[in-house]
Amino acid sequence: MIRYVLARFASLILSLIVASLVIFTVIEIIPGDPAAFMLGVNARPDTIAALRTEMGLDASVPARYLSWVTGMVQGDFGQSYTYRTPVAGMIADRVWVSLPLAVYALILSTLIAFPAGIYAASRRGRPGDMAVMGATQLGVAIPNFWFAMLLVLVFAINLRWFSAGGFPGWDRGVWGGVKALTLPAIALALPQAAILARVMRSSLLDMLGEDFVRTARAKGLSRRQALWRHALRNAMIPVLTIIGLQFSFLLAGGIIIEQVFFLPGLGRLIFQAISARDLIVVESVVMLLVFAVIVVNFAVDLAYALVDPRLRVKG
Amino acid sequence: MRVPRSLISGAMLSLLVTAGALVSFVWTPYDIEVLDVAGKLRAPSAAHWLGTDHFGRDILSMIMMGARTSIAVALLAVGIGMALGVPLGLWAAARRGSLLDEVIMRGNDLVFAFPSLVIAILITAVFGASAVNAIVAIGIFNIPVFARLTRGAALSLWERDFVLAARVAGKSAFRISWEHILPNLTNLLIVQGTIQFSLGILAEAALSYIGLGAQPPVASWGRMLADAQTLVSIAPHVALVPGLTIVLTVLGLNLMGDGLRDLLDPRIRVARS
Repeated sequence: MIRYVLARFASLILSLIVASLVIFTVIEIIPGDPAAFMLGVNARPDTIAALRTEMGLDASVPARYLSWVTGMVQGDFGQSYTYRTPVAGMIADRVWVSLPLAVYALILSTLIAFPAGIYAASRRGRPGDMAVMGATQLGVAIPNFWFAMLLVLVFAINLRWFSAGGFPGWDRGVWGGVKALTLPAIALALPQAAILARVMRSSLLDMLGEDFVRTARAKGLSRRQALWRHALRNAMIPVLTIIGLQFSFLLAGGIIIEQVFFLPGLGRLIFQAISARDLIVVESVVMLLVFAVIVVNFAVDLAYALVDPRLRVKG
Repeated sequence: MRVPRSLISGAMLSLLVTAGALVSFVWTPYDIEVLDVAGKLRAPSAAHWLGTDHFGRDILSMIMMGARTSIAVALLAVGIGMALGVPLGLWAAARRGSLLDEVIMRGNDLVFAFPSLVIAILITAVFGASAVNAIVAIGIFNIPVFARLTRGAALSLWERDFVLAARVAGKSAFRISWEHILPNLTNLLIVQGTIQFSLGILAEAALSYIGLGAQPPVASWGRMLADAQTLVSIAPHVALVPGLTIVLTVLGLNLMGDGLRDLLDPRIRVARS
């Protein structure tokens, strides 16, 4: 087990290094000098040169990569080119919108998908199953940002239960924040719930065909008892993987939903940074998102090994 | 062999959209470059079957022109994914367990770690927004999908007797992959291609919705929705029509993919009968 964890950890670190190199290189080849861009077309060359030195753009490429990476490890993401404030602070403010949104959506998606998937599996081939499967086909096909627009039309504009967008901030009360994130979380969760319900159903059906379920039925358990006591726990392995993948997707997918609801999250930060050519912010936010994805996948792999000892051997 | 019902309904929906895109090359009900501000935001009527948008353009014509963009972007993105992913997967399978296999598979994991949206954002940050960059962004994400699928399926084929026979006959790994492995993967690749195609349609819509896809004057469903966002309360049809078009297109492709899988995968056929 320890060897497995170490091997996975080494590949985690390697992935992070390669990812940071890719992101740095991509940002590096962008034409244009950020210093010149910030000062505008009428800036004098010596002013630009001074700003370049101040921003650390004079250093060699490897030196700048190293200082970017070592800074990030210490929690220092550098200074925003446009706002002249630490990027770490800007990100920290925004994370408290994007992260709760992703978690909220994940909870909703799980709450919808589990009962739906279990119900469909227990009614395999019957009208209840067909209805759930039909609904999931539809759920997968609906673009979440369009669904978000419909939610706004119905629940914000017509019924006035929620506001159409914006975020009051957590310091104005938890309830206000949760309320502002509710429609966005539903919009994000719906297609994910559809996928998760399908995985839940097919995984359960696979388990219901296994010998240990037949044994359980043979010793006198009803189909329902066999499902709840024996099949469900074993069916959780693929479901857990998908939940892990979905979390990273929800974090990144939130970028679009944040645009629909004008939420001040990482998504809006990244778009503002692109239009202002504030590349250090783009670089850091992208790295953070990729970091989150890689770490979540690592955690899922470990959870896998804990649940299923057979997987440890393969390494 | 019975043709699955999902395949028929899915293929019909997909054909309808494709037909709309093809017809738009020779004819659309109205010219979408002519603006008619006096007739803006009209509800669906006999003159404009799906109504008009905020510039008075005919929405049915816009949908037909947008279908071209959606199909072209998604098709090319699948093409990129297949053209690079399938050879990589075949190569990794032919050299299973080698350093090369390891490098290809870790590379795949790495691309998976960049959500396609994040790739698109990076590309846009570098090269600016355009349909071509949307194709590249979605296409890059398709590469590991096809590489993984191909490698997995090819590995099991390498264990089969007909491959052993070919090896005994002295064929190279390259020729075996090309002449014996690849033809046996066709069905699998067609099914996955359909699925990635529908995901590509969704991704294109999302990218152009946030302004990272096709730029005006090229019509696109995603941008129609972006334009509709502030108008949805006064003229709901401007948001409903493009959205429903996307849903029906993706639904059609997914049904077609499911149906094709049932039709082409003999193992499922046996299990069902």
